Amino acid sequence: MKAKHRTVVLAAILAVLALTSAPGDRALAVKPDEMLADAAMEARARAISKGLRCLVCQNQSIDDSNAELARDLRVLVRQRLKAGDSDEAVFRFVVDRYGDFVLLKPPMKPVTYILWFGPLLILLGAMATLVFFFIRRRGTRITASPALSEDDRRRLEALLGEDRDERGER
Amino acid sequence: MRLVYVIPLVVFATVAAAFGVGLTLKPNVVPSALIDKPVPEFTLAGLPGDGVESGKGFSSADLTGRVSIVNVFASWCFPCRVEHPLLMRLARNPKVRIFGLNYKDRPEDARAWLKELGNPYDRIGADRDGRIAIDWGVYGVPETFIIDAEGRIRYKHVGPITPSDLDEIIVPIIERLSE
Repeated sequence: MKAKHRTVVLAAILAVLALTSAPGDRALAVKPDEMLADAAMEARARAISKGLRCLVCQNQSIDDSNAELARDLRVLVRQRLKAGDSDEAVFRFVVDRYGDFVLLKPPMKPVTYILWFGPLLILLGAMATLVFFFIRRRGTRITASPALSEDDRRRLEALLGEDRDERGER
Repeated sequence: MRLVYVIPLVVFATVAAAFGVGLTLKPNVVPSALIDKPVPEFTLAGLPGDGVESGKGFSSADLTGRVSIVNVFASWCFPCRVEHPLLMRLARNPKVRIFGLNYKDRPEDARAWLKELGNPYDRIGADRDGRIAIDWGVYGVPETFIIDAEGRIRYKHVGPITPSDLDEIIVPIIERLSE
């Protein structure tokens, strides 16, 4: 059967994709010689590196990037941790040199309020507009339906009559 | 005309203006976090065993007293070659001293490069592993900093300097800071 064949081929393709893109199989930017012997500290270093932007490639974290500067910063992050810095201190160390832009998650402060709350404001604005629109529309329906005058009724009859004529109803 | 009909127009104009501004920004130029801050503490050795007189190295202390330029360069950096003639031109300006931060370069390559193209630097420091450059927030080569007489970083230029950058931005800043 044709459909059956297609299913088998599709399943095979998916299986190959799943096998070749398994997370453990992916080449890691972090090289073994960079890693710390202390597993807990290495895990902290990885977590910090995932939050720091690689300024050479900009949309990758230094943990993902193969750029030389990313490597240097990964090593530096580990040096700071070994020297006893807290995670916040390491972040501050890098931000002091490269600015808030290195943080992949922007900090909450007055200049970033519009970034954090802008979408919420737009949503609230849209909801307010909708509510306003519906209330007004309902209002007009209630108030603006006075009884038809004789004139109106005659015009309506004439129009409806025309319509019926066109459709061949009598 | 009813006011409601103006709203879409206003929204469109706002969005178009925002996108218009966004299109003219250079996303690859990251503003420096060090503007108006004192230069980081550092000491850089010169190019070892060199015949380059300027290869004495320099430290943060050398960046006070007069307006200085710190130019991050490397012999392997092609855009550095592009901006080099402009640095040679700037070197003739008596109001400014030019310091070269030789980034991740081999001394012999740096020396050959300077010999071939000329040396615009008053002093050169070799940052072999790029560690000092990180303190300066350097993320590519070339980068150029302008430092005032009090040793504070006042301006950073990312990428090669063009003639108009030099004439319209860098030299005027040097003039202003030298007053």
